[in-house]
Amino acid sequence: MSGSQQALEFGRPIAPSRLRLPPWRYRFQGSDTAWAIAFVIPYVAIFAAFVIYPIVFGLWMGSDLKLYDLLFSDPRYVTTLVNTLLFVAIGVNVKMVLAFLLSGFFMNRSWWTRTLLAIYLLPWALPGLTVFLSIHYMLVTEWGLLDSLWRAVTGEDGPLFLVSAPLAMAANIVSYIWKWMPFWTLIFLAARMAIPQDIYEAAEIDGASGYRRLVHVTFPLLANVYLICTLLSTVWTLGDFPTVYFVSSGAPARSTDVLATYGFHEAFDFGYPNLGVAAMMSALPLLIPLVILLMRRIRVTGVQL
Amino acid sequence: MSVTYGRTVATDPSFPPEAVPGTTQPTRSKKSRPHYRLRRHALEAAAMAFGVVLAVWSVLPIYNMWMIALSTHDGVFAGSLWPEQPTLEAFRVVVTEDFWYLARFWHQFGNSFYVGLSVMFLTLLIGSLASFTIGRMRIRHGWMLSNAALMTYVIPASFLAIPMYRIMQIYGLTNNLMSVVLALTTFATPYAIFIFSQYGKSIPMELDESARIDGANPFQIYLRIYLPLMAPALVAVGTYALLLAWNEYLYNFLLLSTPESMTVAVALAQFLNSDESPWNFMMATAIIYAMPPIILYYGFRRYMAAGLTMGGVKG
Repeated sequence: MSGSQQALEFGRPIAPSRLRLPPWRYRFQGSDTAWAIAFVIPYVAIFAAFVIYPIVFGLWMGSDLKLYDLLFSDPRYVTTLVNTLLFVAIGVNVKMVLAFLLSGFFMNRSWWTRTLLAIYLLPWALPGLTVFLSIHYMLVTEWGLLDSLWRAVTGEDGPLFLVSAPLAMAANIVSYIWKWMPFWTLIFLAARMAIPQDIYEAAEIDGASGYRRLVHVTFPLLANVYLICTLLSTVWTLGDFPTVYFVSSGAPARSTDVLATYGFHEAFDFGYPNLGVAAMMSALPLLIPLVILLMRRIRVTGVQL
Repeated sequence: MSVTYGRTVATDPSFPPEAVPGTTQPTRSKKSRPHYRLRRHALEAAAMAFGVVLAVWSVLPIYNMWMIALSTHDGVFAGSLWPEQPTLEAFRVVVTEDFWYLARFWHQFGNSFYVGLSVMFLTLLIGSLASFTIGRMRIRHGWMLSNAALMTYVIPASFLAIPMYRIMQIYGLTNNLMSVVLALTTFATPYAIFIFSQYGKSIPMELDESARIDGANPFQIYLRIYLPLMAPALVAVGTYALLLAWNEYLYNFLLLSTPESMTVAVALAQFLNSDESPWNFMMATAIIYAMPPIILYYGFRRYMAAGLTMGGVKG
């Protein structure tokens, strides 16, 4: 086959009759196939060795049904489930709503909001480990910064955060929101910037006030982004490890664990790796529908834009 | 919200409305009536007050880090809002490795860099090759690869941690930096494929075709045409991968346990086991550890934002 014919075979063909063929009908020559295979082999290998194999291995580790009897008879596991649901439901939704509102605030690009944005992004820019350790030490003793502030304002000793389970759980959720809100604000900010300005102009000519523009223009246009972001964040938060591991460390007495830290402790502190895997697999009924929904939504919207 | 848009509406009842909210138009503001101007100033003041609250909220734990790092060992328990005698002693101890937890600090710092740079390099290489084949060569089952990447992107990494730990033992890679590099590359590559595929659509196919006519093979097209034109996406994804590897804790902790193989993240969390509570050393270490990502974030912010808009979660 000559060089020009090869060019037709590779990539998008120029001849109009060929344009109608769907992409998978293009065939390359032998050497091109070899190149293509060589190019994808690294990714396929990594995917097989470090995604498929661990998943299969994990399913095998957690396949014994007795593990689940053991799991549900553990009162700490039930607490953990409740904590995880609270952590995800409150953490994700409050964070997303605040991030959405703040992205509107940062749309106003004056000199001081630009500076503020740079400061506001700090929690996201810092490694989670360092800030969560810092927050841990703000809470852990009566000499922590929060208690010092409390004393400076009220003159009395502040609460001991990591002694009460509700307070410790609240601290986890607030720390989580603190760390991740800037990231989602940036995403929403980018999405808002992408809305064409003439839509707002048209709305203004029609007499829409600021509030109505928010409800009738911004909300409908960002609804899809908001939904995808919320789903994605839900899945990630379900497996969030460092927040709880460092901020409350499960204190008091392992009553603020979430699934990720519970599984971790079962596997590596108490030496029951299969039980740890089972604990994480108990999230699958929630995780699998979310993952499927997410994969479909991202694909569909990916084609739209 | 009313802060953002209310201002334009309040000051701007005339037609046509201005194009960008926030741009000042002196001719109009002169015309606007006094109480409109008053209301605008009040809104601006309220927004600024809110901004101060937001800044304090964002900075508080970071302030706490500095406060502890600048304290003396006893000063940590003083319960004051700023150390009475701020000292750089803790930083000196960290830099000169003068504490037994920190005996191998610079070696571990080097390990962190090694892991970060390796993950970056491998992610860029594997991700760009895969998305070149899917997007430009259009292999038959490319969609399967995209879906595999998407699935990996969506699954929380911590759920794979326990089996991954076992598998690394099977592969014989425990306490080997390569184990962390490979695991984190696996989690960074899907995002790379995502971004590269999105960005690659903006590069005209005609370039590939004309190179083909000139007799280039796929590898030459990849190297000479695809990669140079993908430079912004490469920078965005490279920064992402480097930061992901640098900041990651769980896999570092599980797979690396000897002082020789540890990264800074693991060494830092080790302080939690100590009875002496040298918090000032710990926070000084944390601040030094946080410096590279901070520099990267603010140095490459344009690219970070570009990465987010280009692929990420573009709806």
